[in-house]
Amino acid sequence: MLTTLFGISIFVFIVLRVIPGDSITGSLGIETGALSETQIQALREYYGIDKSLIGQYLSWMTSFLRGDLGFAYSNGVSVLELTKAALPVTMELALVGTVLGVIMGISVGIFSASKPGSIRDFAGQFFGLLALAIPGFVLSTALVTIMANKFQYFPNGLEYMTPWQNLSTNLQQMLFPGLVLGIAVAAPVMRTTRSALLETVDKDFVRTAHGKGVKARTVQFKHVLRNSLIPIVTMTGIQFGYLLGGAVIVEKIFALPGMGRQILDAINKREYATVQSSVMIFAILFVTINLLTDLIYRKIDPRIK
Amino acid sequence: MTTPLLSIKNLQVQTSHDHRALVNGVSFDILPGEALGVVGESGSGKTLTALSILGLLPRGVEIASGEINYHGTDLVSTDRETLRNIRGNKISMMYQDPMTALNPVMKLGDQLLEVLDSHKVDISDRQSHVIAALKDVGIPDPQRAMDSYPHEFSGGMRQRIIIAMALLLSPELIIADEPTTALDVTIQQQILALVSEERRKRKMSMLWITHDLGVVANLVDKVIVMYAGRIVESGTTAEIFSNPQHPYTAGLLASLPKASDRNRTRLVSIPGIPPKPWSIGNSCAFADRCQFATEKCKNELPTLKENSKTVAACFNLIGEKK
Repeated sequence: MLTTLFGISIFVFIVLRVIPGDSITGSLGIETGALSETQIQALREYYGIDKSLIGQYLSWMTSFLRGDLGFAYSNGVSVLELTKAALPVTMELALVGTVLGVIMGISVGIFSASKPGSIRDFAGQFFGLLALAIPGFVLSTALVTIMANKFQYFPNGLEYMTPWQNLSTNLQQMLFPGLVLGIAVAAPVMRTTRSALLETVDKDFVRTAHGKGVKARTVQFKHVLRNSLIPIVTMTGIQFGYLLGGAVIVEKIFALPGMGRQILDAINKREYATVQSSVMIFAILFVTINLLTDLIYRKIDPRIK
Repeated sequence: MTTPLLSIKNLQVQTSHDHRALVNGVSFDILPGEALGVVGESGSGKTLTALSILGLLPRGVEIASGEINYHGTDLVSTDRETLRNIRGNKISMMYQDPMTALNPVMKLGDQLLEVLDSHKVDISDRQSHVIAALKDVGIPDPQRAMDSYPHEFSGGMRQRIIIAMALLLSPELIIADEPTTALDVTIQQQILALVSEERRKRKMSMLWITHDLGVVANLVDKVIVMYAGRIVESGTTAEIFSNPQHPYTAGLLASLPKASDRNRTRLVSIPGIPPKPWSIGNSCAFADRCQFATEKCKNELPTLKENSKTVAACFNLIGEKK
């Protein structure tokens, strides 16, 4: 786990250095050309990017581990402050998306698997493919256009509200982006649910349950679904991780001040500290989610120790 | 004549999509309190016949025609709720593989209690009823077993739990689908002894499915021998063992290892492999492997006929030779 995080830290660090331009050209743009060599050198020294790569990496890592995430060059705001505001937005969005996606995915999966090869199954699978095929930005723009134009309802046009400021506005603002992300999550969850259920239905213990005289519906839920949960939980964990990072475009379209937007802006401005630290926070969250899914496995399956 | 408890008439089982016959015209009765053994190689249709009774056939296999009569109800055509009320209550099953027949993520106690919860039964203290059943089958510390998961037990112990599960409501008929195949020989003997003792105590009927004639010898009153989806011979256990009339039955008996054989002679085996049930046309299914086969055997399907000792489907009965 720590190795993974270490690897990611090196990767982000190097990728950022490989992109042409640095913090100075990033924040000053073409005006960098007006600066004299000594001025540029002074700026580089000031930002600490005159040191060797290893030196830069070490100084970033040591402060990161101490909890100092650095600050944005352009406006001097600390990355910690930025993150404190942006992370909850992304987390809430990812959570809403995952919950909606899991509800849709599992129900359609059960619906589909209940009669394999039937029209019902076909409809379910069609939904799954459609949800998989529609890109998030298409669905987002379509939703925005329809809701705003036809129904004059577009909560995201208002200023963003945190749940503590105004819960009802916040939830309305989360609804559409959450739905877009939820549909993206529903597709793989639905397919996993369907195939896991179909595989479990043929197991001996399911026959035993029927042989005991247990009601068919009870067999489906207590025996089949329960034993199919592991792949479903795995898929949900992976999808939740993707949502944390993958919500960039959706955040942008629905004007949510989340981490995706923060990183995107920071990359454009070559805000090394912001990008590096934000990506590391994502990485830590991702790893934590994996750990959580492992813990859930143990709850589901007593054989896993 | 006593009315049979269960009466199977002309049962046909086939694959669902291409209608290949897997069990072909099987008929037999089980009398109250009687133990019947069904013997046959893998693929002879014995397990499918057993699973048909409770409607537990796997996906892709279906009953094509036939009747399974139980107290005046045809289990083939009855509604699901009636069948469900019989399962585990009046007729219950013991399964072949104790490693896979129990739900791995459910506590054993819950799996056992589920039998009681699924039927309208008059048992006030369900917990202690289950504990008593576990004690009966020799589970040490049943209280703790209730709180355990299947993987915490050995195969033999799990099979005992499956037996306890089948006996919980003292059904009229137990269908045992080779419940000892997956176990060590010593454990096999314990399980066999346990099952036959419980059966005698509760005066239950039993249908014992096995590929091993040796297993049923001391266990059942009557034996049915199946080959390629059909019954080829049936009779009382004594007659089947001492006077087999069908060459296949005789071959099966000859291939049993004998404890008395001190000369370490090679085990006798029947040459060849059994044909697929659906590939047999108008001939005796056993003809290709039979040392007594004549031209007639290859051109005509023998039907079951009563002879002096048993009922057999063969043109060249062993008793008629010499």
